Amino acid sequence: MKITTSGSEVLRTFSPQIEHTSMREKVWITILLATIAFAGYALYLQITEGHGVTGMRDNVVWGIFIVNFMFLIGLSYAGAIISGLLILFKVSWGQPLIRLSQLMTLASVIVGPLFILLCVGRFDRLHYLFLYPRLQSPLTWDVLAVMTFLVGAVLFLYLGLIRDFAVYRDSNLKVSKWKHNLYRWLALGYVGNEAQKKTLNASINLLAIILIPVSIMVASILSWIFGMTLRPGWHSTIFGPYFVLGAIYSGVGLLIIITWYTRRVYKLEKYITPKHFDYLAYMMLVLACGYGYFTFSEYFTSWYGSEKWDNELIEKLFSPHEYGWWTFFANLAGVVIPIIFAAIPKLRKPDYLFVVAAIMVLAMWVKRYLIVVPTLETPLLPVQDTRMEYVHYSITWVEWALTFGGIALFFLIFTLAGKFITLIEVSDLKLKENEESINQ
Amino acid sequence: MKETDIEWINERRDFIKKAALGVTVAACGSAVCGCSSNSKEEGEKVVLLSPDGELITVDSSHLHQVHKTVGVSTEEARKGIPGRKFVMVIDLAKCKNARNCVTACQKMHHLPEEKEWLQVSLMKDSPDAAPYWFPKTCFHCDNPPCVKVCPVDATFKRDDGLVLIDADRCIGCKFCMAACPYSTRVFNWSEPEMSEAVSCLEYSPETSVPARVGTVEKCDFCPDMARIGELPDCVTACPNGVFYFGDQNEDVVTNGDETIKFSDIIRERGGYRFAEELGTEPRVWYLPPVDRIFPVERGFDELPDTIKARFKDILEG
Repeated sequence: MKITTSGSEVLRTFSPQIEHTSMREKVWITILLATIAFAGYALYLQITEGHGVTGMRDNVVWGIFIVNFMFLIGLSYAGAIISGLLILFKVSWGQPLIRLSQLMTLASVIVGPLFILLCVGRFDRLHYLFLYPRLQSPLTWDVLAVMTFLVGAVLFLYLGLIRDFAVYRDSNLKVSKWKHNLYRWLALGYVGNEAQKKTLNASINLLAIILIPVSIMVASILSWIFGMTLRPGWHSTIFGPYFVLGAIYSGVGLLIIITWYTRRVYKLEKYITPKHFDYLAYMMLVLACGYGYFTFSEYFTSWYGSEKWDNELIEKLFSPHEYGWWTFFANLAGVVIPIIFAAIPKLRKPDYLFVVAAIMVLAMWVKRYLIVVPTLETPLLPVQDTRMEYVHYSITWVEWALTFGGIALFFLIFTLAGKFITLIEVSDLKLKENEESINQ
Repeated sequence: MKETDIEWINERRDFIKKAALGVTVAACGSAVCGCSSNSKEEGEKVVLLSPDGELITVDSSHLHQVHKTVGVSTEEARKGIPGRKFVMVIDLAKCKNARNCVTACQKMHHLPEEKEWLQVSLMKDSPDAAPYWFPKTCFHCDNPPCVKVCPVDATFKRDDGLVLIDADRCIGCKFCMAACPYSTRVFNWSEPEMSEAVSCLEYSPETSVPARVGTVEKCDFCPDMARIGELPDCVTACPNGVFYFGDQNEDVVTNGDETIKFSDIIRERGGYRFAEELGTEPRVWYLPPVDRIFPVERGFDELPDTIKARFKDILEG
């Protein structure tokens, strides 16, 4: 396999990770596995004792599980759209970011659906979704959408990896025999001749063309789980595009975090430059404006119209005694601060952007919480109940344990991927002008 | 008598009524017997009247409180009762929050005290409006938002107008609960507590008994009672005749004491449906709380403090 000079440099940068597992990595993986095991215990409790171990009750029937689901699934759609656009428009600077955003897609589309399953009371009847499906239900749409997307996301990542597997196969990576065999097997006999190149590129482009609209559709379907009900704060015509935009926006935030982290840990300053962060910041700026605009029009119209039921929700969201401070945080950290840091050149520095993006992603999680919980706490009929847990939702340790278990699984997928593949595509990497491929 | 389960009715009024008819001695199906075979300690002897008119003495350990009716099969329960279009009229002018409907419903469906399929709220539509008691069943909407969103056809709309749940089908996703604008549905957050006899009953969507963990349940309008020609228990339990139940095809509703034309009472008393603007087309009609029989305060008489506390906001506001 031919490889560019920068490609072989990147391969060399990543090879220690692929060849050996350091003590630090072992500790890290153990911590992740322990967190997941603890989540497993929480799950065991939830299955054996019933959903009563969570904070969910008859009014707030969905809690942070569905918040996590929305959040993660949104990230995965974002990753697919970002990598799809970078590939389709052959954005040269985007090359080092494609694999990272594809991995982000894969990890979140694996972890995300686990959280919607946690909302289901009867695991033993999950197959009923296929035995007795009802097409009228937005949940059936979502099952179909997520599964379609999962297949698409795996294929998308894999197609991009075939060339790399061929490189790893032909390289002098010191890996164990099974790993080498696996590379050979996964490379599907790719040697980089013209016919193979053409077919592979066509397939990748085609999949990108399919995945971008699919991502938009599935993000909309996710929003329609809420939008199709008659509840204030959910029953909104702009929910589809609002969710699409919100998803891509939080996805760019996470991509900034992942890119910054990968750059630092693997010392990739040469390949991922401040320029990449500039471009990501521009994307963040545009999306923050669009997302902020949607948020504003959503709140503004229901406040101005001031229908009784809508008003109750708006008062709850903006009252400092209820969700006011959370709403303030979600919009300040989720819209205003990212705009300031992305717009002012002096503030647009990788390290600052990392911090801003981290806070922004957190704010976007809080925003999902503000979409789900306050609405469920505001039914049409007044809640006249003396059981406080039925009036106000509060997150239990079981829900936190499972949430952190999900985050750990997300990181574990990334970590294990880094043990097996290069986090930047090496086979066709052209970072310098007129870079020629050479035999490695 | 070992092979026989006898329905044990606590309530005196019901007992007399049933005794006159002859106590129902249900022949025990194999499933039920298998389920309840582990015998308890012998207790006191009880004299009962058998269907043949004989007085029989049985050991109280052989008595179980079971459901009054036997549910039809799930396939049958999905079709509905032919020719019927069930409707309910709730007269808010007569309600004094006696809560007999709530307890009767809980008894009928073997619900624990904290689980209310039928709720009585204290409504106050605006700060200057007069408060009134508002009993709320499932509205069995003709355009039910809950049925629309169910991914597995566990909740369904029948030809006779009822919206029921098949708890053997329900996967517990709670989407119907999120979709229902009237907070009608409740979830079994943990393994429901019930006696062995109840847990051994054969489940039917028409009886909604026994409850299943991890599934949704709600007011079912007691179609099992309708099948034997009786009114739902909330209707008969109400001391003030608030609930009228009937058939819109026949245009008749009754509260047990008086039987009236449905269309007449809706026209004459200004009947309305709750939150008509949502377009859900409820099958429950309300008669406005005008010319009330009881002042709203009467609803607090003999009300335990725990329940009184529910209305704190309205009483203070």
